[in-house]
Amino acid sequence: MRETQGARIFRIVVVAILVVFTVVPIYVMVTSALKPLSDVQGPFSWWPSSITFTPFVEMWKTVPLASYFVNSLIVAGAATVISLIIAVFASFAISRYRFLGRSIFSTTVLSTQMFPGVLFLLPLFLIFVNINTATGIQLVGTRGGLIITYLTFSLPFSIWMLAGYFDGIPHDLDEAAKVDGCGPMGALIRVVLPAARPGLIAVAIYSFMTSWGEVLFASVMTTDANRTLAVGLQLYSTQTNVYWNQIMAASLVVSVPVVVGFLLLQRNFVAGLTAGAVK
Amino acid sequence: MSAATAAPTTPKAAGHRAGKPRRPRPAGWWLPYALLAPAVIFELLIHVIPMFTGIWMSFIKLTKAFIANWGNAPVTGVANYNVALDFNGAVGAGLLRSFLVTCAFTLLVVAISWVLGMAAAVALQKNFWGRGFIRTLFLVPYALPMYAGIIAWKFMLQKDTGAINHFFYDNLHLGGDKPFWLIGDNAFISVVIVAIWRLWPFAFLMLMAGLQSIPSDVYEASAVDGAKPFRQWRSITLPMLRPVNMVLILVMFLWTFNDFNTPFVLFGNGQPPAGDLISFHIYNASFLTWNFGSGAAMSVLLLLFLLLVSGIYLIVLNRRSHRA
Repeated sequence: MRETQGARIFRIVVVAILVVFTVVPIYVMVTSALKPLSDVQGPFSWWPSSITFTPFVEMWKTVPLASYFVNSLIVAGAATVISLIIAVFASFAISRYRFLGRSIFSTTVLSTQMFPGVLFLLPLFLIFVNINTATGIQLVGTRGGLIITYLTFSLPFSIWMLAGYFDGIPHDLDEAAKVDGCGPMGALIRVVLPAARPGLIAVAIYSFMTSWGEVLFASVMTTDANRTLAVGLQLYSTQTNVYWNQIMAASLVVSVPVVVGFLLLQRNFVAGLTAGAVK
Repeated sequence: MSAATAAPTTPKAAGHRAGKPRRPRPAGWWLPYALLAPAVIFELLIHVIPMFTGIWMSFIKLTKAFIANWGNAPVTGVANYNVALDFNGAVGAGLLRSFLVTCAFTLLVVAISWVLGMAAAVALQKNFWGRGFIRTLFLVPYALPMYAGIIAWKFMLQKDTGAINHFFYDNLHLGGDKPFWLIGDNAFISVVIVAIWRLWPFAFLMLMAGLQSIPSDVYEASAVDGAKPFRQWRSITLPMLRPVNMVLILVMFLWTFNDFNTPFVLFGNGQPPAGDLISFHIYNASFLTWNFGSGAAMSVLLLLFLLLVSGIYLIVLNRRSHRA
């Protein structure tokens, strides 16, 4: 089918404007990370006066970035794995069974997306403190507390998306597995999960990104012992000098794991969205 | 595995509720509940119980003096709400202003993000050279950790060392003094642009996924009938994307209205009134004055507002789709 002249102009204009809008901050981040400190303290320049990699070396010393990086990796990784397992079971129940309370559960879980974070930030903090005094389990200032908080943030969307994905897998497949002697769990693990791989990957990416980028709860629930990158990155600007080149270098480094992962697996993500949301 | 666990559980549960045996429960009826249990437990612990605690906190005098032993804080009834809704007082006036700023912010960010996302999804609907690369590029702001993108903008918006002022006043030689972007009234423009930069790729992603489910022969048939591209967009694309748009706009509204990250990372301790979004406002009101009862009351009011808007939105849309 031939493209009309109008459609062609529309496409070029839209793409050009959005490419500039998208790229400029990324360009500034990359070039500024390669600048010597004197460049970022004076007036802005579009190109470094001399290209240097020292910001990438010094950024580890200005703040303890490496330990924040490890904290973020452990917290986001654990939250992703646990939330994925919980979401698989819950979505299997919603997709394959008709039971009392099914729709109440789905509605309630999705509506937690609506809650303003500030509403339950402080109560949660106080509950964690009380659990600590009652049972001795420490949840504030530990990775464990952050992990159980973050895994619930991605849970509603993950369950919703996976349930849609499971719905698209023919029930005949599970029935066939049951005829062959599998229980419901056997059918889930041997038949449904392999068929739902793109959906599982999409949900895992989503969970990891959610935990990796969370700021509000991290700013209250972390101490020096478990500080994540989301808070750690802001410590550069509380130094006496604002090391903008190091901040940009650190922003780049912490972005690489999620951006690369997301871009490599974006096809799965779109497929997962198509199954879950678009029906 | 399931058969082994079913044996001891089913008889016990059946005996427990055997008051009025109508129909024997099918074997394994408990399985879906067991599958849901972990999700329910975590949601209760992290979302539901804290929410009710928060509602309870809004009715007590939880100030600095009672933080250590909050069980002893006196119940004050609706006093916190009276203070928050007294628009002549300092607290109420601040809350009202923040609410109005957030309404304007949400309207602009959601509308512009939707338009940009739709334009990009339509522009990339047909194949052309470099399409895959451009699609990937557009998704980068969404893939970046939230704070990393916002920090890059924060650097660009600095008065003396930032790229924005450099471009307008040094490259384009606009007259006058370089303005501040992160304090004063310009803070509103800054927070809107940064939020759009982050949000529009999500609209693009959802709409792109939605467009893939529209069969291409519908377009071909309408082209044979002489429909121009804009006409096709209005008569085919828009109606076919209606289910996606319903969810997309609601989700974008809720995220944007609750947005805390953008002002928090962009302004830090600055808190310019023009960029004082409501979550940021409540956070600061709670942690600067240590009056958590008052902060909880404001959060409950925010939740009620969001419930009201979402409810009306869903009722209106459902009624319209029944009529159609």
